[in-house]
Amino acid sequence: MSNIQDIILNAVPEALIEEKQKLTVTVEPKQLHPLVKALYENKDLPFDYLISLIGMDWEDKLGVIYLFSSSKDMSQEIAVITATEDRENPLLYSITDMYEAAHLNEREVYAMLGIRFINNPDMRRFLLDGDWNGYPLCKDYDADPTLNPITIANKEITDLAPRIMEDENGNLVESVANIFDEDDYIINIGPQHPSTHGVMHFRTALNGEVVKKIDVNSGYIHRGIEKMCETMTYPQILHLTDRLDYLSAGMNRHALCMCIEKAAEIEVPMRAEYIRVIMDELNRISSHLLAWAAHCNDLGATTAFVYGVREREHVLDIFDKTCGGRLIINQNVVGGVMFDIYPDFQKDVKAFIPYMREKLVEYDDFFSHNPIALNRMVNVGNMSREDAITYAVTGPAGRGSGFSCDVRIHKPYSLYEKVEFKEVIRTEGDSYARYMNRLDEIEQSLHIIEQLIDDIPEGEILAKVKPIIRLPEGQYYQSVEAGKGEFAVFIESKGDKFPYRVKFRSPSLAAVSVMPLICKDELLTDFIGIGGSMDYVIPDIDR
Amino acid sequence: MKQPLELTGLISNLHTFFRSNLTPFWATVIEGALVLIAVLAAYAIIALALIYIERKITAFFQSRLGPNRLGKYGWIQSVADLIKILIKEIIHINKVDKVLFYAAPFFVIVSSVLTFGIIPFGQGLQAVDFNIGIVYILAVSSIGIIGVLLAGWSSNNKYSMIGAMRSGAQFISYELSAGFALMTVVVLSGTMQVSEIVESQRYAWNVFNGHIPAMIAFVIYLISGHAETNRGPFDLPEAEGELTAGYHTEYSGLQFGFFYLAEYLNMFIIAAIATTVFLGGWMPIQVQGWDGFNQVMWYIPSYVWFFAKTGVLIFFSLWVRWSFPRLRIDLLLNLEWKYLLPINLVNIIVMVVVVLLGWTLEDLFPIFRP
Repeated sequence: MSNIQDIILNAVPEALIEEKQKLTVTVEPKQLHPLVKALYENKDLPFDYLISLIGMDWEDKLGVIYLFSSSKDMSQEIAVITATEDRENPLLYSITDMYEAAHLNEREVYAMLGIRFINNPDMRRFLLDGDWNGYPLCKDYDADPTLNPITIANKEITDLAPRIMEDENGNLVESVANIFDEDDYIINIGPQHPSTHGVMHFRTALNGEVVKKIDVNSGYIHRGIEKMCETMTYPQILHLTDRLDYLSAGMNRHALCMCIEKAAEIEVPMRAEYIRVIMDELNRISSHLLAWAAHCNDLGATTAFVYGVREREHVLDIFDKTCGGRLIINQNVVGGVMFDIYPDFQKDVKAFIPYMREKLVEYDDFFSHNPIALNRMVNVGNMSREDAITYAVTGPAGRGSGFSCDVRIHKPYSLYEKVEFKEVIRTEGDSYARYMNRLDEIEQSLHIIEQLIDDIPEGEILAKVKPIIRLPEGQYYQSVEAGKGEFAVFIESKGDKFPYRVKFRSPSLAAVSVMPLICKDELLTDFIGIGGSMDYVIPDIDR
Repeated sequence: MKQPLELTGLISNLHTFFRSNLTPFWATVIEGALVLIAVLAAYAIIALALIYIERKITAFFQSRLGPNRLGKYGWIQSVADLIKILIKEIIHINKVDKVLFYAAPFFVIVSSVLTFGIIPFGQGLQAVDFNIGIVYILAVSSIGIIGVLLAGWSSNNKYSMIGAMRSGAQFISYELSAGFALMTVVVLSGTMQVSEIVESQRYAWNVFNGHIPAMIAFVIYLISGHAETNRGPFDLPEAEGELTAGYHTEYSGLQFGFFYLAEYLNMFIIAAIATTVFLGGWMPIQVQGWDGFNQVMWYIPSYVWFFAKTGVLIFFSLWVRWSFPRLRIDLLLNLEWKYLLPINLVNIIVMVVVVLLGWTLEDLFPIFRP
């Protein structure tokens, strides 16, 4: 770490370095870009993976917290903070020249906080309409519904992207660029489309049937969850995490619980940890099964879809019996789990493991080696390792490109240090690698459950927690490996019973942001198939 | 041979009844009307039955139950669906090319009905029997694609347009293969008249009579016929995962019903033509000299034979449809132009050689000769 501090001080001598939960560096806006560049270009440990980009309103200042990590060693993390006092026209420097993942994130920060980024080539608002009044995540936001009335009028989509660029002399020049060429044949894939897995809107320019350019529009189901969190107590927020990536509901909630428990220094009983991990892995199996099924359906194999859902049903039945929920399992709470396992839980799970293994073989026989399926997946939608890192694509998709990014291995939490399992990595980077990764991860999850299911310790399932939780002042981070990739929670607390700011990192956002790159020059048909292989869930993006 | 359950007697009785009581002109008119009604009724009933059968079989492939609420085993479900589609509102779309838009479904359904008319369902159960039957089949079944292209073009919808263009490319390509495969049989049986083709297969079905080239032609016909019906894995024109519903996205009510009906019937028609041309049509299995056996086979009426053979082929088509993922357009065209068409061209020459040198089963073994 001292080595990193040297690099930071070398690049920006005035930087303020603090050892908090993460190494935190605070710099002036002007110095941000040189600092990030130094971290990015660091030879031994390049900080080339942007975990999250968190827009902040500290009332006196508007700013951004960048959370970086390294593709060489994911356990190394560094938080960089910068802020501007200008609330009328806040401007910060963009880091999109190094991190592709910053594009959509910076646009989201602009929509939510009004901060514009110099040198970002496309500074439209993301998630919100271009004519939205006010910036919702600002503390002085006026939520009066008359300011932004609901309209059913038809709105034309403008494909004009404003931008602020810095020229050689350091002057800021504002301009407007066209996203599409004038004679492009553009079709709207979404927001209502069977294969976008939610209300996602891809503006797609076609050349015949070949995809020329894709423009990602989202926000059709944006619910302002991060804003809602600021007016809710911590136990209330838990329920909102389930509504992000609903397929990884249990894992998302686990992340938030751990974040709060760490901050409030609550010790979780061992029995609860076991239950949490087993439920997480079952949740992952159900998520991967649905991803597999939906991917096959996108390729036109309806029967495979039904098979995937059939097996998922067994997992959901176990959830149902444990806690009453099937998709949204209200199991994790701060300090442990809400419900103890039912008497036959172990028997049911143990019956499920060999059943699932048998079905994995069936999937292999039925679909994985089908010549048409291979033609549709092998060498289609290629994503190199570098692309995966710079677009921050994690999860089975990132690991399909050789990016070793399993949070359970690199930043172990809960019981993952105790169990033995392999990180499934493939280097081909095509749809087929992502497809096979999911099936192999189901096998690894079964293996983890096998190791835990027999020695669930007796004891409490819930630690004693005060009815009103107040977190001490500070910034808290926690990541987990959700079904689609790294899901991270950030909480800033001012010592109140409400969080000051909550930010969720969405793995699906990264998966969608890379779509324009990997779908370029592929056929329209393959665009759908690649989308299936990336496995994104839209509510996760539209937080 | 005794054929107690055949309908030939009934038909000839009716014929003599009309001839003896009416002037020849009116007899012809009334007979024509009856045939028309019979064909249309058969068309509708077969479609209903097929929809029900497909839903049931698909359900079993996918470990589901299928329709099971209306009537025993849900058999009234298709009837209910028919009534629903008949009384459904036709939604008028503003910016379509009105004439072409409303004409398109008729091209599709008319083409399908015209092809349907030439199928010999049993002894004497054939509406039209030209001496150029095979050419007629190829000609009228090609009209359908015009409807599909018109539908896609006039809908003023980019998805429909892409679907229709894909359909055009696919249909024209596979029409070639289907045509050549049928021509292979024409070479073998020496006639284009459907009834004569059936008659010539009394003791040896064409697929066996012409052995290797005939079997190749049979397989190619099944593949390309399946592709012509736009059903999975060749369902690119209406790939619901990509183009929502392809060329018929904008259609509703009965107009959509026409497309739907024609699709199902085309599946039946392809299977029926394959049966007629390759599998002996309505002809029962017979062995020369085994009179007792032949008599037993003839007790089973010819239309049962026909529907049984067709049913097997339809089952194959469903099996394929529910097992494979969808092809991509380039793979689809590759399959046709790089594999099926060259094989077909060689195959037809092989068939000519086989026929000229007298290597068919009929030539080699007298027992198969009619």
